[in-house]
Amino acid sequence: MHSSWWIGALLLLPLVGALLVSLSRRDSVNARRAALAISGAEFLLAVVTALLYNGHVAQASTWDFAAKWVVSAPLGLSYNVALDGISVALVLLSTFVALVAMAADRTARREPAYLVWQLLSLEFTVGAFVAHDLLLFFIFFELVLVPSYFMVSGWGGSGARRAAMKFFLYTFAGSAPALVAVIYLGVLHQHEAGGALTFDYSALSSTVMTTSQAVGIFLGLALAFAVKAPLWPLHSWSPATYGEAPVAAGAQLAATLSKLGTYGLLRFALPLAPLAVKEVTPVLLVLAVIAILYGSLVAAVAQDLRRLLVFSSVAQMGFITLGVMSGSQLALTGAVVLMVVHGVATVGLFVLIGALERRRGSARLDDVRGLQGSLPVLGGFVTVVAFTTIGVPGLGGFVGEFLILLGAFGVHPAYAAIATLGTVGAAVYWLWAYQRAFHGPASDTSGDLVDATTTERLLLWPVVVLVVALGVLPAPLLSRVSPSVQQIVAHVTPSGVSR
Amino acid sequence: MTLPSINYLALAPFLVMSGTALVLLIATSLTPTRIPRRVASTVAVSAAGASLLLTVIQGWQIARHGAQLTAAHSVVMDGFSALATASISSSLIFALLIAHDWEGRERFVGAEYQMLALLATSGAVLMTEANDLAVVFLGLEILSIALYVIIAFNRRRVKSQESSLKYFLLGGFAAAVFMYGAALVYGATGSTNLSTISYFLSANVLVHPALLWAGGGLMMLAFAFKTQAVPFHFWSPDVYEGAPTPVTGFHASIVWGGAFAAAIRVMISGLGTQSDTWRPIIWGLIVLSTVVGALFAITQVNAKRLLAYSSVTHSGFIWLGVWAASPRGVADSLFYILTYAPTVLGSFAIVALVGGVGDSDHYLKKYRGLARRNPWIGGSLALLLLSQLGVPLTVGFDGKFAVLSASLDAGNVTASVVAMLAAAVAAFAYLRWVGSLFAEGDPDVAPLVVPWASRVVIASSVIVVLVFGIWPAPLTHLAQHATLFFQP
Repeated sequence: MHSSWWIGALLLLPLVGALLVSLSRRDSVNARRAALAISGAEFLLAVVTALLYNGHVAQASTWDFAAKWVVSAPLGLSYNVALDGISVALVLLSTFVALVAMAADRTARREPAYLVWQLLSLEFTVGAFVAHDLLLFFIFFELVLVPSYFMVSGWGGSGARRAAMKFFLYTFAGSAPALVAVIYLGVLHQHEAGGALTFDYSALSSTVMTTSQAVGIFLGLALAFAVKAPLWPLHSWSPATYGEAPVAAGAQLAATLSKLGTYGLLRFALPLAPLAVKEVTPVLLVLAVIAILYGSLVAAVAQDLRRLLVFSSVAQMGFITLGVMSGSQLALTGAVVLMVVHGVATVGLFVLIGALERRRGSARLDDVRGLQGSLPVLGGFVTVVAFTTIGVPGLGGFVGEFLILLGAFGVHPAYAAIATLGTVGAAVYWLWAYQRAFHGPASDTSGDLVDATTTERLLLWPVVVLVVALGVLPAPLLSRVSPSVQQIVAHVTPSGVSR
Repeated sequence: MTLPSINYLALAPFLVMSGTALVLLIATSLTPTRIPRRVASTVAVSAAGASLLLTVIQGWQIARHGAQLTAAHSVVMDGFSALATASISSSLIFALLIAHDWEGRERFVGAEYQMLALLATSGAVLMTEANDLAVVFLGLEILSIALYVIIAFNRRRVKSQESSLKYFLLGGFAAAVFMYGAALVYGATGSTNLSTISYFLSANVLVHPALLWAGGGLMMLAFAFKTQAVPFHFWSPDVYEGAPTPVTGFHASIVWGGAFAAAIRVMISGLGTQSDTWRPIIWGLIVLSTVVGALFAITQVNAKRLLAYSSVTHSGFIWLGVWAASPRGVADSLFYILTYAPTVLGSFAIVALVGGVGDSDHYLKKYRGLARRNPWIGGSLALLLLSQLGVPLTVGFDGKFAVLSASLDAGNVTASVVAMLAAAVAAFAYLRWVGSLFAEGDPDVAPLVVPWASRVVIASSVIVVLVFGIWPAPLTHLAQHATLFFQP
């Protein structure tokens, strides 16, 4: 086992950053420098942690860097963190997204406060991914709502306050039954095992329960996760929220916070209530397939890049859910890969949306028509991001989608076959949108159209490199993710996933 | 006839408060000039502080010698009463500090307010340590009568008097109903002493339990009235709106401290063997309070009425812990009261400030842009509201978590789910308010001037909400060891 201080440092750094930035709130320039430096350091720390991560140290478990400290025994509250291959990948993603999003988004309005919220959002996201305790995860899962709410309502578009409210209420209502499910599971475990109330992941996953109890717990948890992801038909907060969010908030929401939902499904709902899996799998698979088709269809008629992103995400989340619920190790691994790739691609797309909005005032397809001529580099970046969503081989999206479909086909061929249409759908909506947007005669050439600035290039190249690297050389990611996924599958399968 | 022996330490907090109230009363009538506000507040805050210190000594005594019955077994000093009294005493300090600034704004002089506040609080303190239905009634009346007067304290506002009359008529009725219930229980069990009632009920089977059920039900009605549980909450929005803002803060902190403590003692210590009978009633109170409170809270445009309905919802949550009727439930309900009191008092401190001179305009639109004008005050109110909403790392979340775990531990899944869904509905009310704090406000409105006493209250409540929100261990530990003297 490695020193647990690595996770402590990961959790401390953004908090220190938030404190520093709020102390220097009268000095916008230095506040921004400090925030960027902290985000950069956090990203480097995550990289180092990922390199140090060793999933084979502890026997029979792929958890590393574990630390536990009971905060309040009667409440079962404890600081209990650890990393496995899946969380390493998602921590890395969150820090990358936060850094890029922060660097891409500049605002003249009370910037230090905006930066503080961004750092807190990063803090809570990382906290949720490193939590080795159901309650701690839930706490961070809920807490991310607060910075998101303030970022969207304070720095978003004209309808942002309504959108932020809708987002908060939707997700908070989704989590209300989840809290009951969390406590119910904890109490159930306490009744069986005796001793103090605990929400330790390893302890809870051995709880014995009846099928109906398992279904209740699973549905309670899954509802919260499905809202956050968002999974069709609980996605209706996302068009307004992603549409109004400022670039950094939107990028964090769509790229990382949405992964909290699918991560929660994979990490907590499945292994903690394995008996429910057999009962709920058909339902979730149907929803996932509908999400893929519905998302693709709506994305195809979207008139705005933001809206396209919303529904393309709905479809991609459908793919991830299909992978998670199929119960095949290949598909689950693919789902984690797709989570990472979608996150990277989404932050790239948000940077591009921000760039276009700065130049044209909006990211409506009409407003950016014919820009290929004047903005060839930005157009090229859009192409790469689009191609990875379509699943062009050689790019990261292909690895994820291919693994998901391959894995799912072995277990649920019908669902996989229908879901394959989604990859065609992605090609349709992206290529059509691209054609409408960047080709053809320019709608309006007025204004100063400068192609990608140095900052934009600096932010977008890493995105492209990552997307390509994940497509060409996914081994470093797969070697970390796969053993951890195998553990989950091994834990869940005997209880009834059909092979 | 021999007089019963009395352990004065058990009664000391009550005696200090009511004694100081009497001293202030006599001093007001004897001095030719009106007592300055500063003197009155200092005396009253010292009395509340002394009572807080006495609870520490009580706790130390209880840890060494165990809980004690005194005054012919009608008063009990146990960990539960000591902690509840500590909560009430600290709430009184907060309430007095809020009132100090309010009196300054409204140009009230004299010690009448402090006297009445101390007297009302001494009633609540007596309720926490009552081991006899007669003593519960005594505490209830001392609390209520002083409260009727203090609600009508603002003579310049008609609403203040109107709300006092409403509270008086309904409250008097509730007290009478409690008395009748106590009489019926006496008829069924042959005693008003809670320990005796409990021993009697565990040793005997009542052939005709109707008398006992009716008595218990009527007493519960009075407790539901005082704790604003639906359907006995109708007074609360009007009284919250009409009462002077510093008095409004009394309800969910001091009154609840006394009423919930007495309810827990009567229902669990006294009638604990009958929990199968009274649990369905409390179940109804929980479901109705959380849902109705939340639904009405979201439609309010007045800050004080909104907080009234919000309290109704929170009352439902505290009843969740009472429903459990377990040591865990008692501890968790107490933890909730302990943490909710400073939250709500801090909120009312800010509401009183924003209300300004006249204390009559409490519409939510006044809060627009507050966080831009007064970042600290606006931020504090946002935090206090988010705590009431139940955001993690605030005491509001820990409290909800605690009572839910007690309730689920006892197998109450449906009511727990309903309560959480209601909390999600109520979130809209708080969030709308928080949102308007950060919106662009009217540039012509001047920033608030915050007097030092209000500053102390707001800062302390924020510290409580954050520190114990992140690290609830000290309070959960205290609450867990604040056990009832007797629990079947």
